[in-house]
Amino acid sequence: MLRALLILPLMLLQAAARSLDAQTLDAQTLDARTLDDRHLPVIQRTTAEAAKVAAVLAPPTDFTKAEPFEAKSAGAATVRAGTTADTFSQPSANTPFEGELTFKLGNALFSKTWIAAPASTRASDGLGPLYNARACQDCHLKDGRGHTPEGDDDNRVSIFLRLSVPGGPSPADILGWLATEPEPTYGGQLQDFAARGHAAEGRMNITYTPLPVTLADGQIISLRAPSYGVSAPGYGPLDPHTMLSPRVAPQMIGLGLLEAIPAADILGREDPADADRDGISGRAAIVPSVEYGVPMLGRFGLKGGTPTVREQSAAAFAGDMGLSNPLHRDPWGECTTAQPACRTAPNGQEAGVRDGLEVDRESFDLVAFYARNLGVPARRDVADPQVLRGKELFYGLNCTGCHTAKHVTNRLEGQPEQSFQLIWPYTDLLLHDMGPGLADNRPEGRATGSEWKTPPLWGIGLTRQVSGHTEFLHDGRAQSLLEAILWHGGEARAARDAVVALPTPDRDALIKFLESL
Amino acid sequence: MIRTYAAPLLAATLLATPALATDPAAVALTYADIAAAGYADSLTTAEALQTAVTALLATPSEAALQTARSAWIAARVPYMQTEVYRFGNPMVDDWEGRVNAWPLDEGLIDYVDASYAQTEDNSLATLNIVATPEFTLSGTTIDARRITPALIADTLQEADGIEANVASGYHAVEFMLWGQDLNGTGPGSGARPYSDYLQDAGCTNGNCDRRAAYLAASTDLLVSDLAEMAAAWAPGGPARGVVLADPQAALLAMLTGMGSLSYGELAGQRMRLGLMLNDPEEEHDCFSDNTHNSHYYDGLGIQNVYIGRYTRIDGSVVSGASLSELVAAGDAAVDQQLTGELAATVTALAALKTAAEAGMPYDQMIAPGNAEGEALVMGGVNALITQTASIERAVAALGLSKIDLEGSDSLDNPGAIFQ
Repeated sequence: MLRALLILPLMLLQAAARSLDAQTLDAQTLDARTLDDRHLPVIQRTTAEAAKVAAVLAPPTDFTKAEPFEAKSAGAATVRAGTTADTFSQPSANTPFEGELTFKLGNALFSKTWIAAPASTRASDGLGPLYNARACQDCHLKDGRGHTPEGDDDNRVSIFLRLSVPGGPSPADILGWLATEPEPTYGGQLQDFAARGHAAEGRMNITYTPLPVTLADGQIISLRAPSYGVSAPGYGPLDPHTMLSPRVAPQMIGLGLLEAIPAADILGREDPADADRDGISGRAAIVPSVEYGVPMLGRFGLKGGTPTVREQSAAAFAGDMGLSNPLHRDPWGECTTAQPACRTAPNGQEAGVRDGLEVDRESFDLVAFYARNLGVPARRDVADPQVLRGKELFYGLNCTGCHTAKHVTNRLEGQPEQSFQLIWPYTDLLLHDMGPGLADNRPEGRATGSEWKTPPLWGIGLTRQVSGHTEFLHDGRAQSLLEAILWHGGEARAARDAVVALPTPDRDALIKFLESL
Repeated sequence: MIRTYAAPLLAATLLATPALATDPAAVALTYADIAAAGYADSLTTAEALQTAVTALLATPSEAALQTARSAWIAARVPYMQTEVYRFGNPMVDDWEGRVNAWPLDEGLIDYVDASYAQTEDNSLATLNIVATPEFTLSGTTIDARRITPALIADTLQEADGIEANVASGYHAVEFMLWGQDLNGTGPGSGARPYSDYLQDAGCTNGNCDRRAAYLAASTDLLVSDLAEMAAAWAPGGPARGVVLADPQAALLAMLTGMGSLSYGELAGQRMRLGLMLNDPEEEHDCFSDNTHNSHYYDGLGIQNVYIGRYTRIDGSVVSGASLSELVAAGDAAVDQQLTGELAATVTALAALKTAAEAGMPYDQMIAPGNAEGEALVMGGVNALITQTASIERAVAALGLSKIDLEGSDSLDNPGAIFQ
């Protein structure tokens, strides 16, 4: 075991102790406002600090110059914006040398190719039997966004389908839960690869229909409207009520900082009844925590389906690669009881070795640290007049109604990288109705079939450099930032229409601003 | 009278206040000079490798293959000593992936053993470009009839965004010279036969013409990449310019490079991880079993930067005002401790090198149950970790901070001036 990493398990013990206290407190029905940050070693803000935070979070009034520290998207954790595709793969700039080691070991595990059991290298086996990828990085390419298949023959590794059917139980203590359960045979997602001797679950089909949009200046943008299906089902027909939701792997940067924003600050931005009548509501995703056993704020996943980086990582290990880990202990991943061969296949667990898991606690903690500490690159051209004009429009059109520019993270004990930083992620981490065009019509937790969690925009301008494409939104349908804006509907309809109506130079300025993020 | 009196006085003044030695600008100059020499030596030895490769391809023979392999091993000696210039010099950081990326899915490049892991989610992992003159990448048909440096650098390297698709650099050339090491954690390195390059009926494993083209192109690319970095540090070069323009930033880059290479990169990713997984895939120079040299010269390079002294491949020495002297002026105890610990690391890594040369290569050291090997590797790991703590103290002794002050100032000092 790594001596240098003993601090991680120690922190976990403390966290477990906290969760026991909390369970008794939270037994009754929970309103969002009682959610807390039990996943973090928080040092409460002082009154003086709260005042400083309020001052620094005030929206800008002067768009003729950049705000102080605006280029530092991730505060002191901000990394240099390099010129290569490795720009999203750097550790938080403020991590100590020791943190770099943890980060690199995590990176090695994140890159590691897993193989099906049994294999001669027992530490690396346990893949599947059903899976979407063999390595974390095969979906999270260069720690950036995944992409849609370029052609029929191209692989579907960095995009997959989530599956569910209506019904099933709801957590008693979460209001507004929309009951769904995994597809009875295929489970919660379609694994399109399988170990030798097993059938893959099927193949994801995508077809696009052109959808032209005419802008005020006469320019025509051809959106592509996708439709999704499953072909070659490996375990019989899917339930006729199956709901599909395509998901492209999101970028990995800044996750630890998003996790460290005080829950109270995020909840403070909720406006479920649109009391301020700006057309934008915003509701918190609230999900049962696997690790703490209580409802928590859902911060990760495209609909806020998981509360912490650890739970998101654990779910990906289990669901995407079929690997057991400290939070999901089944070696068959998410194979259902209707897939008995998968459940009884050889696995990568050995009694008494590696905690009896395929991904042991040490490895899991390393990957979680890595996922928390992928640095956000510094902005470029913050003081460029066109960028500043674009920023003014971004505020003026109320894009900031959801894409909240600034937050200050909790002050944290023993977690310097994320502690008390002014960050600029451009998200409120809340759910918003995005209209029928973007709807997957598949509820998830409290999120309806047309709600999505506001994604962070930091780093978005580096997508081409890192990923070699400019595909955006939850399923990569938008092929440019402008297309992504044009897909906005629902609560964002007014802002979208305003962008359509913009004079060309202003529209260009808005895009230039986004590209500087 | 006055003149004869003045001269000794001047000399005495110089001795009493070694202004040059404790001047950050002078220390930065030494740092740049060592980089210039190190990258120039890397270029020279890569050109020698290129000559040996040309000879091998002209007249393949066991002797010519061995000569090329020796040239590759010799080329690693100066290059690894420059690795400490990573983690702080943006030009080096943006360039390094082209020359030293690892580990690689070698099936991208050439034939591999049937036991090679299937990776259906990276179809390129078994592409075998040597045998494949045309293929589809991200929906586009790629014409690979001619294997050129440009094809390797612009199309194959990190194809499809997958980092294991390493097509260029030392390790690609290493694979072309040694082939796969199929011995796991047992004895033996890669055993590619020279006949893989025979251009007649004796050709083994097929496509010897394309294999030769790949070896030639990847070697040429390595040479041109190294030429770029050698020029960047030569007088007038941009990387040198950055260092000389801001000596304080250069000091931080020096110490950051030393600490980051010591702890996270070498002790962690390259040594501790392989031991943790007992996996020869985690061995740095895995085809040639040259890992002990890689680690040793990495460690030596860290020491070079601190003591301001580098021994070139021709035996000449580049030296000047050193970081060590500068730290000593601030805190003599920190300097003394760090100097001793850097030497101890070089000794520990030398023990690894000695053991490997005596018949226990690195992949055998990390085999499960090899207590002696584990002790050797951990000796290096512990020494590297120990010296990093002192590197942090040296950072403090110079009044520097690894954390960019501007970022944390946003809340702790909101009045700070934004740049």
